[in-house]
Amino acid sequence: MSTQFRDSIETALHNPNLTGALGRFSEAYRISRAKAYEGIDFEAVRDAIAEIKCSASSRFEELAERFKANAEANGAKVFRTADPAQVRQYILDLAKERGVKRVVKSKSMASEEIHLNKSLAEAGIDVAETDLGEWIIQLAHQTPSHMVMPAIHMTKEEVAEVFSQEVEAGQAPDIPKLVKFARAKLRPKFLEADMGISGANIAVAETGSLVIITNEGNARLVTTLPRIHVAIVGIEKLVAMFEEIQPILTALPRSATGQLLTSYVSIISGQVPNTDGSPKDLHIILMDNHRSDMAKDPKFKEALQCIRCATCLNVCPVFRLVGGHVFGKTYTGGIGTILTAWFDELKKSEDIQGLCIQCGSCVPVCPGKIDIPGLILELRRRLVVEQGQSLATKAIFGVVNNRRLFHGMLRLASRTQKPFTKGRFIRHLPMFLSDMTDFRSLPAIADVPFRDRIKAIQQPKGGQKIAFYSGCLIDFAYPEMGESLVKILNKAGIEVLFPEAQTCCGAPARYSGAYEVAAQNAKDNIQALLETEVDHVVSACPTCTVALKHDFLDTFRSLGITDATAEAERLAAKTIDFSTLVKRLVDAGRLTFKEGEDLGRITYHDSCHLKRTLKAADEPRELLQKAGHELTEMYECDTCCGMAGSYSLKLPEISAPILERKLKNIKDTGAERVVMDCPGCVMQIRGGMDKDGAPIKVEHTAERLVDRFE
Amino acid sequence: MSATFEAFKTRAEAVSAEVHRFVGRDEALAFILDFLGKEGVADAPQCGALWAAGSFLEGIQPEALRQRLPGLSFDITQAASAEARVGISELDYGIAATGTLVQDAAAVAKRLVSTLPPIHLAVLGTERILADMGSVLSHLTPAQTNYISFITGPSRTADIERVLTIGVHGPERLIIVVVDAFQQVTA
Repeated sequence: MSTQFRDSIETALHNPNLTGALGRFSEAYRISRAKAYEGIDFEAVRDAIAEIKCSASSRFEELAERFKANAEANGAKVFRTADPAQVRQYILDLAKERGVKRVVKSKSMASEEIHLNKSLAEAGIDVAETDLGEWIIQLAHQTPSHMVMPAIHMTKEEVAEVFSQEVEAGQAPDIPKLVKFARAKLRPKFLEADMGISGANIAVAETGSLVIITNEGNARLVTTLPRIHVAIVGIEKLVAMFEEIQPILTALPRSATGQLLTSYVSIISGQVPNTDGSPKDLHIILMDNHRSDMAKDPKFKEALQCIRCATCLNVCPVFRLVGGHVFGKTYTGGIGTILTAWFDELKKSEDIQGLCIQCGSCVPVCPGKIDIPGLILELRRRLVVEQGQSLATKAIFGVVNNRRLFHGMLRLASRTQKPFTKGRFIRHLPMFLSDMTDFRSLPAIADVPFRDRIKAIQQPKGGQKIAFYSGCLIDFAYPEMGESLVKILNKAGIEVLFPEAQTCCGAPARYSGAYEVAAQNAKDNIQALLETEVDHVVSACPTCTVALKHDFLDTFRSLGITDATAEAERLAAKTIDFSTLVKRLVDAGRLTFKEGEDLGRITYHDSCHLKRTLKAADEPRELLQKAGHELTEMYECDTCCGMAGSYSLKLPEISAPILERKLKNIKDTGAERVVMDCPGCVMQIRGGMDKDGAPIKVEHTAERLVDRFE
Repeated sequence: MSATFEAFKTRAEAVSAEVHRFVGRDEALAFILDFLGKEGVADAPQCGALWAAGSFLEGIQPEALRQRLPGLSFDITQAASAEARVGISELDYGIAATGTLVQDAAAVAKRLVSTLPPIHLAVLGTERILADMGSVLSHLTPAQTNYISFITGPSRTADIERVLTIGVHGPERLIIVVVDAFQQVTA
């Protein structure tokens, strides 16, 4: 991670204006988005969008030619190019030829992508951005921090200062006045401009139409008043048929700003008369800039389904802390990381891809059905392939890939940690390790790991057998969670087996892009877990469960490993998470809750992998309530706790405020306990609560349920 | 029809448009002239009203209206639009689901009067309000016109601190006059 990048994170985190504005917006956004989608079948809409855009990106060449033919039949001039330099040159040539002195622009991310304003200014042309947010950042000599709201990082005071310095002294930080000021100052620019430059939200091949949406009305002026209109359109905006604009127009305003529709939608399908009656000089530039390369990539083709609504920014727990500028100059947030890697270069994503905490919050709300965290993981993998892993990381994974050595070291740690432990916690670590214990205590490594403890448990024999995959945290830090699971399953007459050769699930390696290491972990575990004939493999760690159920297969596929797929599929089919299994046992009458218990009030934290990948949100809640708990939901119950495996070690400065927010939401419920299904979340939240000092118990669902059955 | 109108009105008002419904053209016209008068429309700088005339005014002498309301003009230029206080135009469709007005806006006059003046008064036939975007786009397509405009409420921004502010580059008020007996249009 570069020092410059680390510094930019530090700066962002210490900018209270930024974190305040983004924090408030992220809260308001969820509500307005939900309201805007009332009565709309979001899944149906996004299925339609994904299909339309996927189909379009499979035939960009054909659609671009059709678009060109149809738009030119209506009097437009269409210029196709792969090269940003040619886009700039085309516009400069046109401006020179037509004697253009003044340009007004409505918002175009494609023009930001190619840094057009700089070229125009160098050619002596006066360029004014007219979208209020874009104008503010143009005057402030900044770049957009958000695709939809470019100046969301600035306060009214900062805007007033920029206006006062750059336009006219004495502007007060009064939002309606600042808006009126912008209207008054930009109006003459509209009236005098010789050329209007816009982007487009959709380009329709069938009709040669551009669809442009705005709220301010600036695109209507940009496309109406100047005698020349140039539209810069990335080819990923192409759709085949006119009717296909509807699902996009249904989702884009709702997802982007929580509106049913933006104030203005303009559908321009060719020349229209100018204000003097002459025909509009209409130029449409279809820009590729690596988009067709993306379309040819089996993984990244999906990213072309993006409609630029910025939902992935708005729901991201990291974005709301650091804002857009840490991501770079043009495209920001999750999708921005992917677009930067392609439109710029893979290396440019080296630092920013690390910001993704892999919580999956953006996945269920993406109107393009893009697996953004999955694609960021793929970037990570390719970066490791291209540039290799650091020596330190290699050394760590070298250990993890040797189970005996790895487990031996963990056992050793349980003895050498003694000077730092207080009860079950490590509260302070010395030197460079102190970041890890700054904001939360760490669990002490258990004296006796679960793999040794299970041998002492008397279990029912002769009935059903289920294999338990503990994962490292339960095995070595929280063996009591494993013991609870065994006791519960024993009550249902099930014997729990612990295949000794099981090892790390490979998630740490995979999430660091070290897929070869993850593949070896996967192979070792598949062999260990399929050795014994059992109906199920149960895990009480959602990340491990996802590894067994999904990631092993995906890792093999990514590496082109085919000889282990059948066995990985067999294991995936058998794998089940703890709460889902127990819920089934309760439903089948094999486990019965004790009657009439009043166990007090709890709140439940949804772990990312359990809720969004395994889709088990109701199961643990139902079990806990049936056991006799009153459930009070916390605010943002399914927002990441900031643990995310090694993320909290790599970026503790981001992990800490995410945890702080989670702790506040837990405390605000007034519940005496917070329960969750993931030992990683327990590690983060229990450690945070220990530092915080609040008297709230932090428990795994298995621990909470252990004595609750007849 | 009434339910469709009500849905349209609710949605349009939710985005700060003002909606008025009249049974016939005479009533609507009386309202418009009264409204313009109250808004101070006069033959003076920054006080003009510009009407991009369409079928609503068929059979009415523009001169007669001008006499009733000095400051009203039917002669639309960029300069006049930039000076005017009110722009009036006829819209082709309404969308009930979103409170949206839709227009074949290829004629530049229609765009000038609905973008530049601070107030846009839009006239629409009640029967032209359809349920959703799909219904409207099956009637009005790029094959018919090179510029289709959708207008949903007045111009707005939330670019500073996410605070909603009405009236940035386009009109700060949108007055929608819905007319039941708009025979000239619905025929």
